[in-house]
Amino acid sequence: MTDPLLIWSYLSEGPLLWLTATLVAYLIGDAVFRATHRKSWANPVLIAVVVLGLLLWGTGTDYATYFEGAQFVHFMLGPATVALGLPLYDNLPRVKKAAWPMLAGLVVGSSVAVLSALAIAKAFGIQGSVLASLAPKSTTAPVAIGIAERIGGQPTLTAALVLLTGIFGAIIVTPLLNALRVRDWRARGFSVGVAAHGIGTARAFQVNETAGAFSGIGMGLNAVLTAIIAPLALRLFGG
Amino acid sequence: MIATLAIILSFQLVGEIAARALDLPLPGPVVGLLLLVATCILRPSIAERIRPTTLGLLQHLSLFFVPAGVGIVAHWGLLREYGLGLALALAGSTVLAIGAGALAFTAVARLTGSEDPSAMKAPGDD
Repeated sequence: MTDPLLIWSYLSEGPLLWLTATLVAYLIGDAVFRATHRKSWANPVLIAVVVLGLLLWGTGTDYATYFEGAQFVHFMLGPATVALGLPLYDNLPRVKKAAWPMLAGLVVGSSVAVLSALAIAKAFGIQGSVLASLAPKSTTAPVAIGIAERIGGQPTLTAALVLLTGIFGAIIVTPLLNALRVRDWRARGFSVGVAAHGIGTARAFQVNETAGAFSGIGMGLNAVLTAIIAPLALRLFGG
Repeated sequence: MIATLAIILSFQLVGEIAARALDLPLPGPVVGLLLLVATCILRPSIAERIRPTTLGLLQHLSLFFVPAGVGIVAHWGLLREYGLGLALALAGSTVLAIGAGALAFTAVARLTGSEDPSAMKAPGDD
């Protein structure tokens, strides 16, 4: 029999192991999500990230090695973004009717996301490049990283903050908007797309297709508006 | 399925090229999204053709965020350093932004008479 260490060193070289692990961890997350009757706190991304984090830690694998396998899944973010065009097309009559409410939700949601984050962080003595990394955290990751680079943030920190914001937003949106008695699927989806980008949008699609379509629009519009707001807000808070 | 993937990847490809060539403030896939909507308006048959695979892909949108999400674990030390302040800033601003955004949306929908009874959540829903 071959030495297990040799098998391990073979597996740790190629993408097969971590690609498989990523899919299996997601399936575990999805199974837990379904088993809890689709409760928002059982977020599949969060569960998969925890499972994989423990696995990386237990096997002493670094993130770069993991990502060599997982990059194939990561790549699918691009096509999935394009795919959001279809529910948008399906909901076009609704979207046309909702231009003014969307404008209001966008301007309010986007500015509150940036300004309140900077205000709270500043109150805790956070400044400089960490403050700049925080400013675009509600924006979809590729755009957020671009904004952070331009305003003196740390791209990798921004990426982590973006993901945490998305997971938190996806978990909190249902109880929060139930408590505020917001019953309009368009408003529920749109606001989570603006505040919690793609992960919020994924949550919206799990619940309602109209919410998902509006969430995708909110995410796209917020990417554009945050690129304008973030540098101004950062100047306001002396970052 | 392969035909749908080829269509979607083509839109992404054209989107990436357009975003770079024209120096647009949008990432390539978002330009691809807009081109896909425009194409579906002009040729509704395309929408029907790509529908099954595309909606299947969106059902598992969460999966595609997992690799980037694991990056949080890689930056754990840095995040812990600023722990409480960052956690409160993230949580507080996200709650405020979702709440304020949704309320602004519904308030203006009421003011402009653009409410949509067909898009209302039933009391028992999630």
